[in-house]
Amino acid sequence: MQKRAVFRNRWLPYLLVAPQLLVTLVFFFWPAGQAIWQSLYLPDPFGLSEEFVGLENFRFLLGDPYYLASFQTTAVFSILVTVLSMGVALYLAVLADRVIKGSGIYRTLLVWPYAVAPAVAGVLWLFMFNPSLGVITYWMKVMGYDWNHVLDGGEAMTLVVMASAWKQVSYNFLFFLAGLQSIPKSVIEAAAIDGASFARRFWTIVFPLLSPTTFFLLVVNVVYAFFETFAVIHTITGGGPRQDTMILVYKVFADGFVGQDLGSSAAQSVILLFLVGILTVIQFRFIERRVHY
Amino acid sequence: MTIRKTLIAATTITGLLTGAAHAATEIEWWHAFTGRLGDLLAEQIQTFNDSQDEYVIKGSHKGNYSETLNAGIAAFRAKEQPHMLMVFEVGTATMMAAKGAIVPVYELMDDTGKDFDPDAFMGAVKGYYTTTDGKMLSLPYNSSTPVLYVNKDALSDAGLNPDMDLSTWENVGAALDALKESGHECPLTTAWQSWIHLENFGAWHDTPFATKDNGFAGTDTELAFNGPMHVKHIQTMGDWAKDGKFIYAGRRNEGGARFRAGECAFFTESSAGYAGVKKEAEFDFAIRPLPYYVTAPKAPQNTIIGGASLWVMAGHKDEEYAGVAEFLNFLSSSEIQAKWHQDTGYLPITNDAAALTKEQGFYDENPGTEIAGMQMTTKAPTGNSKGLRLGSFDQIRGIIDEELEAVWSGDKDAQEAMDSAVKRGNALLRRFERSAK
Repeated sequence: MQKRAVFRNRWLPYLLVAPQLLVTLVFFFWPAGQAIWQSLYLPDPFGLSEEFVGLENFRFLLGDPYYLASFQTTAVFSILVTVLSMGVALYLAVLADRVIKGSGIYRTLLVWPYAVAPAVAGVLWLFMFNPSLGVITYWMKVMGYDWNHVLDGGEAMTLVVMASAWKQVSYNFLFFLAGLQSIPKSVIEAAAIDGASFARRFWTIVFPLLSPTTFFLLVVNVVYAFFETFAVIHTITGGGPRQDTMILVYKVFADGFVGQDLGSSAAQSVILLFLVGILTVIQFRFIERRVHY
Repeated sequence: MTIRKTLIAATTITGLLTGAAHAATEIEWWHAFTGRLGDLLAEQIQTFNDSQDEYVIKGSHKGNYSETLNAGIAAFRAKEQPHMLMVFEVGTATMMAAKGAIVPVYELMDDTGKDFDPDAFMGAVKGYYTTTDGKMLSLPYNSSTPVLYVNKDALSDAGLNPDMDLSTWENVGAALDALKESGHECPLTTAWQSWIHLENFGAWHDTPFATKDNGFAGTDTELAFNGPMHVKHIQTMGDWAKDGKFIYAGRRNEGGARFRAGECAFFTESSAGYAGVKKEAEFDFAIRPLPYYVTAPKAPQNTIIGGASLWVMAGHKDEEYAGVAEFLNFLSSSEIQAKWHQDTGYLPITNDAAALTKEQGFYDENPGTEIAGMQMTTKAPTGNSKGLRLGSFDQIRGIIDEELEAVWSGDKDAQEAMDSAVKRGNALLRRFERSAK
């Protein structure tokens, strides 16, 4: 059976999608086009003069070992944030799904962190882990561990990953919980009667049936880790120590808004744009095949 | 009762002011100050607005230094720039290069025919914002210079004489050894590492931070802080970090909280940190001049400033510029400057304001507050100690921070880190040179 809406008027469908198209054009295509245009120039900050340099901004970037290192940092950061936030969310969702009494309270509490703005989340974690004032730093010191993310790159990365993932757990939790609740109980009960353990039921029935949700969340979380974690990095580490938490999107900001180097910053945006585009294509082509709808 | 009266009075005054504002010319000033500094700034504006009825200054806070500069640049692009913009010293080269976007202060004063004596300003303060042929481009507003803060109680506890000679890094090093030996956990910490331990270090030892008079003589300047003097100091600090004698707290002034809490014995920080230390420290503290190396032939020369200046933006009406000129003259008057200096710990920007402060007995009541001024004025600045004028300097400082962190954590030795910082910074300077043409 084919589902097909028939419009009698030729223009009506265009009119109906026009608002969405307009939003996309104004807020995506226009700035993206400007970024591409600007990436070919070397302008002065005030816009008084500019020099056409072709692809030189890109050559400058790709010849800079620190920029290339930032790709690796971004990859490590994004994978950790995505895996951690999705893993924890799935675990909590499975637990919350089984709770009978007071499930509303658990759910509300678990969703709460999503209401926290990234910058605020960053500051919260920073206070707890501040090398000289933090509560958790103090406890660690009592137990004999000297936490100093200001100088230790691994600790700095751990901290920004935890803060970024923590904020995203709520969002993932909601989707996982909804996904779990839409799985027919009869299938699970049948397996239980056949003697399948909880773990076995989870891995052979629940997890595959959850795959559309998992796939959707994977795309959303990768985009989150790439772009929206900016505020967390900005408040906690500012990209340091050394360049250990300098992710690509933070470098766009640092070079463009702090350094006033708009040409390089635009070129970085363009590179990032293509990178995320490629990543999304890969996800849809290769991972989606394994998704059962 | 009094609160209500004050409120009524305040409302009436505000009402009168807004009434007056329609007739008077409005002048906008974008700044980066909040908290106590913001209040003091607002007080200056209020005093000026009350003193005459031709002009009304409107101050707007636009975020931190970087954000304020950005807001100004974005506004200029949208043709909605304020009359005056507060720009930190690091943005000086960026503003200078923007010839069509600014009105240099000397030109403003010429055009509006106001009395203006550039020689009234402290040489070392003014120098930072003046061309090589002596023309003042922006008005220094808040200027400070780094000094050494000492926790005298910590020295006594370690069996040291709290009044010992700390004028040289050699002596400080010996004190650090004694502190460490007595089990002190934070003998030395610092704020603003690049500004204090490389930029000011260079000026204090009369050693170039960059070629071409630190960039004053042209945008074709190259960084030079990988020379033996700078490297020796950074290596020494790196060794101290390894031995737990120097504790790194962060890129900005994070170390301040630890010093004020009494955790650290020595702290290199801006003279403007004085107000905070005085308010919070529950121990006996002293301010000493920034140390130098005995072995350096030309040290101590003079230190350079940090802080911000006021730039006048282009594209406004003549009568508005007359108001701007009047306000800038008001800001540099002795009474205003002396008060600002005493309230904040920033330097008095004019020699008269320093003299007035002395006359008022402030230095006698607050020993150590005169040191910053002395550090800047005892010798006439040289090409290495006038200041710094480098493009993309905010980013270069970021690079320096990264490389210094590599030294503090023991990943790199000082020579390697400084070579790398110079190389990376020079690449940015070349880009800036081209964009500024």
